Amino acid sequence: MKRALAIMVGAALILLLATLTLVVMPYLQMTAEQVPPELKPYTEQQLRGRQVYIANGCMYCHSQQPRDPAFAPGDRDRGWGRASVPGDYAYDQPQLLGTMRTGPDLFNIGARQPSIDWQLMHLYSPSALVKDSIMPPYRFLFRHVEQLEEGDKLVNIPAPHGPKTGYIVATEDALALAEYLLALDHSYPAPTLPQPEQPKD
Amino acid sequence: MTPTIAVLLIITFLLSTVGLLLLIWSIANNQFSHGQAAARTIFSPGEEGHSEDPARPAETAFTGDNLDQTEALEARWIADQSSRAAVLTWLSSSVFWLLLGSVFGLMSSIKMHLPEFLAASEFLTFGRVRPVHLNAVTYGWASMAGIGVALFLIPRLFKTSLAGGKYAVCGALIWNIGLILGLGAITLGLSDGEEWLEFPWQIDVLFVVGGALCAVPLLLTAANRQVEHLYVSSWYLMAALVWFPILFFIANLPFTFPGASGAAVNWWFAHNVLGLWVTPIGIGIAYYMIPKILGKPIISYQLSLIGFWALALFYSQVGIHHIIGGPIPTWLVTLSIVHSVMMSIPVITVAINHHGTMMGNFGRLKDSPTLRFVWIGALMYTVASLQGSMEALRSINVITHFTHYTVAHAHLGMYAFLSFILFGAFYFIMPRLTNWEWPWRGLISLHFWLVSVGILIYVVSLTLSGWKQGLALLTADLPFMDIVRMTLPALKARTLCGLLMTLGHLVFAFHFVAMLMRRGKAKEQATLFRPSTKEVAR
Repeated sequence: MKRALAIMVGAALILLLATLTLVVMPYLQMTAEQVPPELKPYTEQQLRGRQVYIANGCMYCHSQQPRDPAFAPGDRDRGWGRASVPGDYAYDQPQLLGTMRTGPDLFNIGARQPSIDWQLMHLYSPSALVKDSIMPPYRFLFRHVEQLEEGDKLVNIPAPHGPKTGYIVATEDALALAEYLLALDHSYPAPTLPQPEQPKD
Repeated sequence: MTPTIAVLLIITFLLSTVGLLLLIWSIANNQFSHGQAAARTIFSPGEEGHSEDPARPAETAFTGDNLDQTEALEARWIADQSSRAAVLTWLSSSVFWLLLGSVFGLMSSIKMHLPEFLAASEFLTFGRVRPVHLNAVTYGWASMAGIGVALFLIPRLFKTSLAGGKYAVCGALIWNIGLILGLGAITLGLSDGEEWLEFPWQIDVLFVVGGALCAVPLLLTAANRQVEHLYVSSWYLMAALVWFPILFFIANLPFTFPGASGAAVNWWFAHNVLGLWVTPIGIGIAYYMIPKILGKPIISYQLSLIGFWALALFYSQVGIHHIIGGPIPTWLVTLSIVHSVMMSIPVITVAINHHGTMMGNFGRLKDSPTLRFVWIGALMYTVASLQGSMEALRSINVITHFTHYTVAHAHLGMYAFLSFILFGAFYFIMPRLTNWEWPWRGLISLHFWLVSVGILIYVVSLTLSGWKQGLALLTADLPFMDIVRMTLPALKARTLCGLLMTLGHLVFAFHFVAMLMRRGKAKEQATLFRPSTKEVAR
């Protein structure tokens, strides 16, 4: 039994070391980072929108992390914004950095497309606004009504993408999601510069 | 110098000192004495030189030349039978999740180029179907099949019966309930929101309990073991079963890691699922199957042990290469890149052993289904790992990150490496457990060709297309939608591959069920002791 135990304990200790370097130390360092003063906490509606974003897996196609132009200039040149810093994510629980860019980066989508009508139309029918878009339509976040009622948020869908009769109305979820997307605006200056590549000392 | 770097330096210093002391201790105590004798522990007395592959046609099974040898083989047969209920439970479950995962994978693939496909239902939107695919194949197929094969190998490696098998059966039930609830939660939109960690943390508890129940037979059987030396496969399997619960538990702690530090934890975990969970299982199985089928021990046993500890040390720290260029400290990224490159050491030691043992025996790939699947899996491990080390370099990563290239790489690892080895292990194990022949050997070939052609086109098309996509994304010269259009042919090709692989899985599952139902021709003796087909013909 001795050796079997030695292998298992040794294996666990090595993992513990990795946990120390990859989990504990980054946690200590990053949670101590300065939060940019211009960064606003999410409103309740935006938080709800964030949950819709999570539930429908937006992050499997969209990242939220523009990179340093010195490293990947395309990120800045496409207008996706300055490189993000840990402080930008202070209110993000869980983080939604993403690892795929089937669609564009969304870290500053609120600055690029500040119109809620655009966001709602795009969610209802992406290909109506972006030709050949492969983003799935989120029609299930909208209601199709014959008569508008007071307080309904009407979404004008250009033909032929909308229904033949009646109106398309945004649900609370669609509005919340659009508000969350509009809140994705990190165009303020970063107090801590994106860490430059340093030679090891 | 920041305090973090100071701490890092101190840890490095302490570690190297401890490492040096350990080295001195092991040399003084003759710990390096395991020679080729240790590599032979997987053979019964007199068995070396004889192939064991129950899935192979016209096989002359070794039944021993004298009483001692026959008794040893009978003891092994009893050991095999002891794990039967536990192994079959885990393996049958895994085949079900493989089918489900394949269907969801195929659905995701179609949705990537036909966005209107099944778009009306929120439950089948791309962003839910895709994580269902990932979680079903990772925690359903790969993990359950891996645990099943491990449960089969443990009694064989320890040369004793499996003790406490009912705990493992119980664990499988709980694990399956966890999968049903977890995948259901994702479909309902109740995801935890991080890749590889989508299951709500309340449901994760079930996996921790289910996995822990498998540790009970492992420990009980280890305590009863009848072997002097623990063969290298058991090192990998034991370590994997220790690592996974720790990883899974820490990464799923709710409300613990906010903001960007959550990303570090996310990828520390996700890469360790590959590195410290499925990889050691895959390598451990290959380390058993290849020498067993060839009837000759691996060529360098010492090297295999170095490979094991190097894997443990380096693989555990590579995860952050998934966020190169992201909003995390530079030292953290650099640490992971260094370890990713260092991974070439264990990869090369494993490659020398796996492929070196195969030298001069490649002809056997023609007749042995298990060897064909396992060796191709081992080869793809070498390829995928070296590719992974390259991908971690900043200059390569800046192109491949965020593209389909990474998706191709992930499938090269999880499918061409791991799943192939698991398929091979299935073909080896099932006849031993059920004492029944594979009913239609042609189906094994059909399965092999469907999945091989499928994964080949998959990896080649997405790798090329992903690379072009990455180069185009580096600058803003090309409008984004033009890049999307550029990737469409590869996305369509992937649907074709997904179809081929899913068909292959249907063939495999059908054959597996036929095996359980004892279809095909009957035979009088246990597979191990059957007379060779040739003799019968005479």
